[in-house]
Amino acid sequence: MARAVTTRRKTINTIAAWAIGLLIFFPILWTILTSFKTEAQAINDPPLFFFFDWTLENYAIVQERSDYMRYLWNSVIIAGGSTLLGIVIGVPAAWSMAFVPSKRTKDILMWMLSTKMLPAVGVLYPIYLLFIKLGLLDTRFGLTIVLMLINLPIIIWMLYTYFKEIPGEILEAARMDGATLKEEILYILTPMAIPGIASTVLLNIILAWNEAFWTLNLTAAKAAPLTAFIASYSSPEGLFYAKLSAASTMAIAPILILGWFSQKQLVRGLTFGAVK
Amino acid sequence: MATQHSRSAARFMMAPAVILLLGWMLIPLTMTLVFSFKKYLPLRGGDLGWVGFDNYVRFVSSSAFWPSVQTTLIIVGGVLLITVIFGILLSILLDQPMWGQGMVRILVIAPFFVMPTVSALVWKNMFMDPVNGLFAHLWKAFGAQPIEWLSDASLFSIILIVSWQWLPFATLILLTAIQSLDSEQLEAAEMDGAPPLARFGFIILPHLSRAITIVILIQTIFLLAIFAEIFVTTSGAFGTRTLTYLIYQRVLESQNVGLGSAGGVYAIILANIVAIFLMRIVGKNLDA
Repeated sequence: MARAVTTRRKTINTIAAWAIGLLIFFPILWTILTSFKTEAQAINDPPLFFFFDWTLENYAIVQERSDYMRYLWNSVIIAGGSTLLGIVIGVPAAWSMAFVPSKRTKDILMWMLSTKMLPAVGVLYPIYLLFIKLGLLDTRFGLTIVLMLINLPIIIWMLYTYFKEIPGEILEAARMDGATLKEEILYILTPMAIPGIASTVLLNIILAWNEAFWTLNLTAAKAAPLTAFIASYSSPEGLFYAKLSAASTMAIAPILILGWFSQKQLVRGLTFGAVK
Repeated sequence: MATQHSRSAARFMMAPAVILLLGWMLIPLTMTLVFSFKKYLPLRGGDLGWVGFDNYVRFVSSSAFWPSVQTTLIIVGGVLLITVIFGILLSILLDQPMWGQGMVRILVIAPFFVMPTVSALVWKNMFMDPVNGLFAHLWKAFGAQPIEWLSDASLFSIILIVSWQWLPFATLILLTAIQSLDSEQLEAAEMDGAPPLARFGFIILPHLSRAITIVILIQTIFLLAIFAEIFVTTSGAFGTRTLTYLIYQRVLESQNVGLGSAGGVYAIILANIVAIFLMRIVGKNLDA
């Protein structure tokens, strides 16, 4: 009897969850579908769902008219570069706090976290001014540095929580056996830390890819990544839904795929280890 | 067990991160603070000298200030209410046994990975457009007059867009928390005849309280700072000018840096008040 109830319940759960899941996913699905329509089909009333003439022309037009690849490349450089830099700076910091903690470690961690809470708009003009003075406005280098700095606290925190889970006894044993600091890091710590570092990289690329305050305010034509490119569609001329959809689909596809791999790490990273 | 040698090595390894973050925090913050006490109009005369607390007084006494505070509170409050309530319900549902659980989870969290400018533009044009939007088609199908969403129901529209982006975050965190709940406890309550509502109220909700607090605090910090969603939909028109957006307009659009910086200092203080509570929870977790 218990089993029968379970099956019925399971069916109801399944139907309810799928209905809600599809509803939430619908705007993304709709964007993807629209990207394969002609402009006339895109605004057809009643809306066309699957039965239309599938076309790839929007993708070609977006690339041809707007040099889409350049924005994509900017996004890749900025998100990838800021992540790489952040890891290079973050790993040693997180390592030392996790394995050689001092009285002040907790304070330093909390202080780092507090820099993440600083509202960007509060320092908008100073950064803008510094960027002009240093010739960094509308450069990929400048944006890479800023995105690295805003995400560095998350990188360090995430790495710290991962490193903390590596048992200290292993390190002590290595030290007993006469391993130097360099050997300790290279042969013992690094292999154990790679999964944590990989998750951190993944989450950070997602955050940097989607960042839309500094990328909108510190770039113009040259260094604009996809966030800024898409924003340029906000004042459209004529029919453009299908092209907007094609551009949007291309902008979100890589991150959707990366994101699906990083669900679990997302929670840890965004709650600073408070929920695991 | 740390030796003197490893201690100094540790300090050395921490130095780049600490110095960079210190610079990132102190330099712009000091500049904002300095500007906020000056009459500073880059396009109309530049630095026009010290004015004391003038900018602070003028920022709060301008006619745009209180409406922007109200808008901010409505948007942040509305999004929190929607994402937390639906997040709890959704996470409980997703925790139940079902077919294709992993796939549903993917569908539900997908909006979180969509960049803010894309989600704002897709909603604005393809759903909320009063002529060609999907909602307009739907309304017309039922013989109703399509709504001009972003001008007539602007706040509701922004709340809807932002909630769609943040519901996955709330759901994912609450789901993670629910999954750490001891299922024996729930089964025992069920055996003892506790109705579903009582199980929810006395077991699930108290268990989730910490996660809910974290969701509220983290989201508040991010929601206070939403920018792109307003930038590409209404540009602050139709009563959607939040405090963040007002400061942005003062600083970059009207280039009144002194006034905008004073606003920035208010925003920093506001964010810090929320941050203190969040840090306390996170800090406790560090000791454990």
